[in-house]
Amino acid sequence: MKKDLDRRRFLKIAGTSMGVGALYTVWPSLGRSAEAAELARRLGAKTGEKPTPFTFAQLSDAHVGFDGPIGTRALERAVATINGLPRRPDLVLFTGDLTHDTEKPGEHAARMSLFREISGRLQVAKVYHVPGEHDAGLDGGELFRSVFGPTSYSFDHRGVHFIALDNVSRAKPEVGAEQRAWLAKDLSRFHATTPIVVFTHRPLFDLRPDWEWFTSDGDEVMNLLAPYENVTVLYGHIHREDHHTIGHAQHFAARSLCFAFPDPDKFEDKKAIPFDKDQPFKNLGLRVIDRTAGSAAETVRVQDVELAMSELSGTEGFDQLLKPATF
Amino acid sequence: MTRQSTFRVAAAGLALVASLLAVASPPARAQDEPRVIVITAKRFEFSPNQITLAKGETVKLQIKSEDVTHGLFVRPLGIDAEIAPGRVTELTLTPETAGTYRAICDHFCGAGHGGMKMTIVVRE
Ligand SMILES: [Cu+2]
Repeated sequence: MKKDLDRRRFLKIAGTSMGVGALYTVWPSLGRSAEAAELARRLGAKTGEKPTPFTFAQLSDAHVGFDGPIGTRALERAVATINGLPRRPDLVLFTGDLTHDTEKPGEHAARMSLFREISGRLQVAKVYHVPGEHDAGLDGGELFRSVFGPTSYSFDHRGVHFIALDNVSRAKPEVGAEQRAWLAKDLSRFHATTPIVVFTHRPLFDLRPDWEWFTSDGDEVMNLLAPYENVTVLYGHIHREDHHTIGHAQHFAARSLCFAFPDPDKFEDKKAIPFDKDQPFKNLGLRVIDRTAGSAAETVRVQDVELAMSELSGTEGFDQLLKPATF
Repeated sequence: MTRQSTFRVAAAGLALVASLLAVASPPARAQDEPRVIVITAKRFEFSPNQITLAKGETVKLQIKSEDVTHGLFVRPLGIDAEIAPGRVTELTLTPETAGTYRAICDHFCGAGHGGMKMTIVVRE
């Protein structure tokens, strides 16, 4: 009955908000059926590692040091929320603007230390970072690299290939030819069906160029990724949730942990949404996805964590199909 | 995503990206030297912060920075220039579509960078 298999549903990355961040689950959505096991085996044979279910979280735009009413409370809350999840995510990805820039001598490093102190409380196996322009725009990424290492890199986790891209430390919104050459080489060893998660700070497409919501060579980057059928791009920078499908790729933005920007389709000027002291975490967030590993159910279950905050933030869930394509 | 340029831009200086050069118009002849508009960039403003051009008019923008490197970026007009201090960055352009365009500094330049912008009005 192989013909009846809905291969498009073989793998999923799904997400939903939980009030202070984003949690994603990667899982074979056909569950434990024999067909799913066979598809997973074949995908594993092509890609080197069989995808197995896991969750990871995305946090973004904490802007530690920014002179605003929320301070580091949303970041601290995000960390506590993740630590309180019944199933802890394997990974946490920070998509930039960990700190807010300052030119006061020593102050930026102090902000980076404070960020590390708070994020260091995360009880997860691995935390990864990319810089935002507020971390790396003034010094070309020097401080970031001294704390976290390279600004772009890749790694594999349970059958998913993760790629950290730096589109800020050249000061302009661009990835640059050198990094694109590295990316092309990095990708070359993977089969077209490999699930790929790219995480970066700025959108890799023209979301709102006159608000600096773009990457000038984003098209070139996405062209390199075009042969791959299961591409998810996670980014920050825009301080609001967003989902765009462009070609094969799904682009998701996480909310900020500092302040929120409004809908770019409804506003001419980029001005932060005013702080509401009665709902301090409104519009900030973590996006959380939860799916029980191996479950046969097809629908995304919204994580029941921080429900009150989810209600406040009014977030809806989303999900994404990772197409298995040709076997 | 298309990156259609509604300006023909002739580029001078190292700051321009290749995509601009690809749509470069032939150099203006001596008898119709374009109007020159001087723009100064400094943290965190352009001055003047608004310029008005006529559709179809070829103008030359001469942009200089008084402090650090800034950018001048307008996607719909195909402008993407890097304004380094110590030299004049020159852009020659002929707007083909009337409208009001927001130009931003897209080279991160410090605390007020996010608000560093100017308006380019193109009259019918
Ligand atoms: Cu600037």
